[in-house]
Amino acid sequence: MAVRRLNAVQPAQFAFTPENLAWANKTIAKYPEGKQASAIIPLLWRAQEQAGWLPEPAIRLVCDMLGMAHIRGLEVATFYTMFHLSPVGSKAHIQVCGTTPCMLRGSGELIAVCKNRIDGHSHTPNADGTLSWEEVECIGVCANAPVVQVGKDTYEDLTPEQLTKIIDAFVAGRQPKPGSQIGRVASSPVTGPTTLTDPALYDGSSIGAWKKRFEETSGDQADKAEESPPASALTSPAHKAQVEAPGEAKAPPVHPAALTAMANAGLVKELEERGGGKPLSAGEIDKIKGDMIRDRAAAASRNVEPELLKEPRGGKADDLSLIPGVSADVVDKLHAMGIWHFDQIAKWTPQNVAWFEVQLDGFMGRVTRDKWIEQAQKLASGWRPESKAGKRPKG
Amino acid sequence: MLHDRDRIFRNIYGFHDVGLKGAMRRGAWDGTKFFIDKGHDYIIDEVKKSGLRGRGGAGFPTGLKWSFMPKADARPSYLVINADESEPGSCKDREILRHDPHLMIEGALLASFAMRAHTCYVYVRGEYIREREALQRAIDEAYEAKLVGKNNVHGWDFDIFVHHGAGAYICGEETAMLESLEGKKGQPRLKPPFPANVGLYGAPTTINNVESIAVAGEILRRGSAWFAALGKPNNTGTKLFQISGHVERPCVVEEEMGIPLKELIDKHCGGIRGGWDNLLAVIPGGSSVRCITAEQAEAVTMDFDALGKLGSGLGTAAVILMDKSTDIIAAIRRIAYFYKHESCGQCTPCREGTGWMWRVLERMERGEAEKREIDLLFDVTKQVEGHTICALGDAAAWPVQGLIKNFRPVIEARIDDYQRKHARVAAE
Repeated sequence: MAVRRLNAVQPAQFAFTPENLAWANKTIAKYPEGKQASAIIPLLWRAQEQAGWLPEPAIRLVCDMLGMAHIRGLEVATFYTMFHLSPVGSKAHIQVCGTTPCMLRGSGELIAVCKNRIDGHSHTPNADGTLSWEEVECIGVCANAPVVQVGKDTYEDLTPEQLTKIIDAFVAGRQPKPGSQIGRVASSPVTGPTTLTDPALYDGSSIGAWKKRFEETSGDQADKAEESPPASALTSPAHKAQVEAPGEAKAPPVHPAALTAMANAGLVKELEERGGGKPLSAGEIDKIKGDMIRDRAAAASRNVEPELLKEPRGGKADDLSLIPGVSADVVDKLHAMGIWHFDQIAKWTPQNVAWFEVQLDGFMGRVTRDKWIEQAQKLASGWRPESKAGKRPKG
Repeated sequence: MLHDRDRIFRNIYGFHDVGLKGAMRRGAWDGTKFFIDKGHDYIIDEVKKSGLRGRGGAGFPTGLKWSFMPKADARPSYLVINADESEPGSCKDREILRHDPHLMIEGALLASFAMRAHTCYVYVRGEYIREREALQRAIDEAYEAKLVGKNNVHGWDFDIFVHHGAGAYICGEETAMLESLEGKKGQPRLKPPFPANVGLYGAPTTINNVESIAVAGEILRRGSAWFAALGKPNNTGTKLFQISGHVERPCVVEEEMGIPLKELIDKHCGGIRGGWDNLLAVIPGGSSVRCITAEQAEAVTMDFDALGKLGSGLGTAAVILMDKSTDIIAAIRRIAYFYKHESCGQCTPCREGTGWMWRVLERMERGEAEKREIDLLFDVTKQVEGHTICALGDAAAWPVQGLIKNFRPVIEARIDDYQRKHARVAAE
């Protein structure tokens, strides 16, 4: 979250220009009767475009227009970070994207330019109030990184020198040419596109081609019509079988939103399996979730004691400290439990691991994470690392 | 290799006319009425059979999602198109919105018809100002040509409106998007109820990514079998890949699902800066998936299942490549900061955890940490993951887990280095 507060100094009032007012009324009409609150972001945005930033009276005005409590408008204005709650540079507010894809391609240097040229701090206009800057989170122009956004436009594929020139242009009251600054077209490769070079795509010859599929077969059969396969189909046997017998959709059905846009992968998979492929009602999902929680708790308590030995075979224990992650005092604890050899650990089942983790408090997940079992299997086979800090098995 | 004639987005770079006339010449709006006349179920069935999986990141089968909408309901149904493309690395929907918008508008009509919706809102992220202007122009053209609107030529009343956000990543989460669209803070809703039952304004709603919607028309024209034959089983069709970071020529390009990563980079991006041996790590699906190592990148194919097996994911197919000059801890630290900045603040594990993870990574970047803190950090990611209303908590945890899993020795070496330089001598 970002901490965002209203500016200390606020104008006494704010009013939309007649054009903006007309625009606002048109925008409100996009939403169903009684749902005018939906228009709040577009309206606040228009107010910001008009004033240069978003003063508090504008927030109140918009709330009044939409029949909303003022606090709801303040919540929105402080939540969405594109609303400038304090004045920004009158000629340009430079928004430098600093997120990883831009950072990898040098946004750090662009920020340095802003700091030198404008102010050491973001959101702080320079002495004459014409320029300000901020570091913003990903602005979605990653294939053209690094990038800055000024007003409505983005300036892409930048170097520090070009950014300086762009700032100069704004100071001089000129509008620099937006888009890529190295002359490439949109996000195509700089040396020219590697795709979409077939002129047949653009001569209109593809229009109506679909009809053929439906003419060859008639009536009820039309649905089964198939076009010749694409030129580039991968032809694995599994794939062929699937294409030849499309049948039902491959993925097992589950209630749509059980997979939310960015779903909790583990939970969803289990829901799918347990749902047995049917769309589920909310109540059923709740029940399944309840079962899952119960089952998991039960599974966790199902610890199984692994094979333990009173003393090492032949009186000689393996050097368990060769397993990375096993320190000397852990070795002592292992011995105390009756674990002396690599092959003992190598045989552990998940239930054994659960047992072990209960015994050795504070080791939750360590066995799996440090791959004890895989390492023990390797060590049990006679392999030895070059040194104790040596390589782990890859995984 | 994918042939040009099997590519769906034929004007992705905007070399050609973006207007309605140009789009129609490339095949958009061709036969739309014919497919609408075939009925709701035909469209859903074709999309199901095509194997199309949602292009917004989670990869849920699109046709199936459409089929969950109630068939008879007194409330209006809504389609909401998610154009809040904010995942670091992703920049594909932008190209569709500004260069091939008619494919999306046509798809919106087909999808809305299939699920009996008469209204569609397109939620465009606030930063995409020129893009939403371009989309609005295209929509105006479509209204004028009576392709959409009341009493349009397709015989299904359909309104499509452009809505926009104002800089909040979380609004890409479907229920946060609905909250935002209703004029509130974008804080995700608890589910159930799911949007298909109680969505926008309490009515049945389906939320789809721009790309998922925009390919619908072409799937119907070419047939589900065509789409299903591209790519790999369960990972069918074509996909817009967005390649950024340390490649010679970053770009957005449409390729077949399941293309080997190496082929993708070599063919369209001129390879890794300094050659393949100079590759350090790859984030294959946008910032919220775990990174993979150069070794894993060597043979991996770009699809949901292959990347899932590596503990990573295809996400939005936003490939971020990092060469050996990269400070991997700093790169992930910046991602951690992103999530800290974008957490909506609703759930404690995420609100507090994202900041905590970022601060620890700040120290680890300098080496100013203890080695035991690496395990502690991992442990905290596990406490955030899966313990929040939406998946932002998971998205924040996974990159950090990927860092620890794949680059633990780098963190340890950094700590050793710091301790060597700042060794304290006991005062005796």
